[in-house]
Amino acid sequence: MRFDIVLRVATKFMLAPLLLFALYVQLHGDYGPGGGFQAGVIAAAAIILYGLMVGLGPVQKIVPSALLEVLIPGGVLIYAGVGVVGMLQGGNFLDYNRLAQDAVHGQEWGVFLVEIGVFMTVSSTMIAIFYAFAGRRRS
Amino acid sequence: MIETTITIALLLMLAAVTVGIVRVRGLFAAVVLLGVYSLLMATLFIVLDAVDVAMTEAAVGAGVSTVFFLGALYLTDTVEAPSSRGRFLPLLLALVTAGALVWGLSDLPEFGSPEQPIHKQGADYLARSIPETGIPNVVTSVLASYRSFDTLGETTVVFTAGIGILALLRRRRGEGRN
Repeated sequence: MRFDIVLRVATKFMLAPLLLFALYVQLHGDYGPGGGFQAGVIAAAAIILYGLMVGLGPVQKIVPSALLEVLIPGGVLIYAGVGVVGMLQGGNFLDYNRLAQDAVHGQEWGVFLVEIGVFMTVSSTMIAIFYAFAGRRRS
Repeated sequence: MIETTITIALLLMLAAVTVGIVRVRGLFAAVVLLGVYSLLMATLFIVLDAVDVAMTEAAVGAGVSTVFFLGALYLTDTVEAPSSRGRFLPLLLALVTAGALVWGLSDLPEFGSPEQPIHKQGADYLARSIPETGIPNVVTSVLASYRSFDTLGETTVVFTAGIGILALLRRRRGEGRN
């Protein structure tokens, strides 16, 4: 899949702002719209855009399939792990109140970590689906 | 007033796009129209002050899923195969579904009404969010803290979809050789 020079240059300019915007949506989700899911899809869209532009080989050098296969379950593990840590500290499953010295601080830590887990699973799943489609030939 | 006008205009455009999706025969055009539909839907969500949902709709509906549809089209064909069956059964199914949906609509509370049970008896997250979690965006605190179990379930759904797609579509080792 190759496009003409205008599209290639235009997409190259969009990649960095897209990734930056994904980070903003991820880290600013407590104060503005967005969160792990939206940020994950935006980051995946940037990688997919790059993949559409340069082809499957070069994009898999940046984000290899093996990395995705770690990140997809890794996000769920981080999420559930935060819940288990809350249990180990004497609360309920996914109770963030005891993660830090006081309840509000613990809530902020819990939400932050959980959103990272969502980001990892969502973005890597989207990229993996793209790889799965783009890696097949027409039969 | 202006909000109502914009909402009605957006809904009319949505209806037009829907008719277009049903009428058009080329699947490529249908996929592009689906992207337009999602973008209009996202704009409608912004008008309704649901910015988080709008962001998801724009990113998933108009962005990523369009790419996936195009990828699927690349692997199959861009023209719809003519149906050999009769048209009566699908029409009946569509009418019954539409009837059930309209019937269900009549039970919904009035649009934007503050008298709904959800506003009168629901948990008071708007008041609780800042003192309990320190998070001003209540959508985030509900999703990631108060309703954390649901979000864990959603993440697991995405995870399951991911490994399902990988198991079904990934090129197996040695597949390309024979």
